[in-house]
Amino acid sequence: MSSEVKTQEKEALFSKKNRRLFVDPFNENNPITVQVLGICSALAITVKMKPALVMGLSVTVVLAAANVLTSLLRNLIPNRIRIIVQLVVVAALVILVDQVLKAFVYDVSKQLSVFVGLIITNCIIMGRIEAFSLGNTPWKSFLDGLGNGAAYAAILLVVAFFRELLGSGTLFEYPVLEALGVYELGYKNNGMMLLPPMALIVVALIIWVQRAKTPSLIEKE
Amino acid sequence: MNVNSNSYTYGFAIALVVAVAAALSIAATSLKPMQDANVALEKKSDILSSIGLSSEDPASLYAQVIKEQVVLVNGLVVEGVSPDAVDMAKAVALPETERQTPLYVAESEGKTYYIIPVRGKGLWGPIWGYISLNEDGTSVYGATFGHKSETPGLGAEITTEFFTGQFPGKVVYSDSYTGIEVRKGDASGDQQVDGISGGTITSVGVQYMLENCLKPYQAYLKSRGSVPAAAPADADTTVTVATL
Repeated sequence: MSSEVKTQEKEALFSKKNRRLFVDPFNENNPITVQVLGICSALAITVKMKPALVMGLSVTVVLAAANVLTSLLRNLIPNRIRIIVQLVVVAALVILVDQVLKAFVYDVSKQLSVFVGLIITNCIIMGRIEAFSLGNTPWKSFLDGLGNGAAYAAILLVVAFFRELLGSGTLFEYPVLEALGVYELGYKNNGMMLLPPMALIVVALIIWVQRAKTPSLIEKE
Repeated sequence: MNVNSNSYTYGFAIALVVAVAAALSIAATSLKPMQDANVALEKKSDILSSIGLSSEDPASLYAQVIKEQVVLVNGLVVEGVSPDAVDMAKAVALPETERQTPLYVAESEGKTYYIIPVRGKGLWGPIWGYISLNEDGTSVYGATFGHKSETPGLGAEITTEFFTGQFPGKVVYSDSYTGIEVRKGDASGDQQVDGISGGTITSVGVQYMLENCLKPYQAYLKSRGSVPAAAPADADTTVTVATL
């Protein structure tokens, strides 16, 4: 990807500004906890860590690729049909990801089933294309896409960690709690963690912690 | 060049769509063999799980356990047809006496099981499954179900242990097909299972699927009786159907 970079502004590939594009989404500009986008998928596929990881990776790949493609086309896209063009690009990439998953990780693709298709409607993707890549160079858009995708994946994994550990007593299907022997002490899995509302509550708790730790996110009176 | 002119807009749209269509069809065609292999492997794994077996390597366990695969038409063995080649979706739509009906005979820990693939309609799309019968050929040993697009939490629950776990021990044949009734509430009888609350249409779909798909096997299973799978007892029931 880096070979396609047009160095219009004679900026180093990993200048401070460019690094911020990648790092910012992890905290001050997180797509889920700050912009509150892509919540539906955060509810749907965070029961177990494995699908959450695959979903996070798929969204990252689609987002980075869609950002680069639309950025390359940004001066060619007629303004009147730009949303449709974005949709076509994203939909094509999502179908590609779906086909690849079906070919190489069939069981995971079955679990994700309809949610892979729904990557198309993930607000993060359209949001980043519309807000960033249509006005920036491919390299910057790539970093932005990678950063936002990875930050999305990170939140999914944190949510899935708590839901799988407390709900099923496993991590990546490995029976952690059984290995620790806590069941013998009378501990029981909390079935409620497996239900979608608990994902919202976990996300809310993450937002709470993040806001308490990040002064710039605290609204002034 | 005016990027916002009408002709440019049309041209751009057409070029984009053609490029995307070409890229997607190339990808779909080149990945197809691997996807088909996955589907075939899943089928083997489903067949095994209907007799309570699972393995990291379903293909080799399948080869070990499945002793015989036959295709029947009207209760008679058709030679030279592989069960895997039968298109279940088309087969179940034909009249009972005309359709090809695949049967898998498995042997595990000294016991013989007859595994029957079934296929029918749910609420939103096809549902399917594998029913394994005990050596007596009349009672159910195990069942697995799958579906394409039933509602998660409602119809899709037919794949869960709650539902499939009710099938073992149910009797499907006596003098004729006795059927399994998927019903609401008490389902303690030999021919009853408790349906899914909120998934009535899918549950009823399972009942019809079983009736439609299990009926044609009775004559053949009866003719085999409790003869062990290894004995060549079915030689006299073998016919070659030339028209196939």
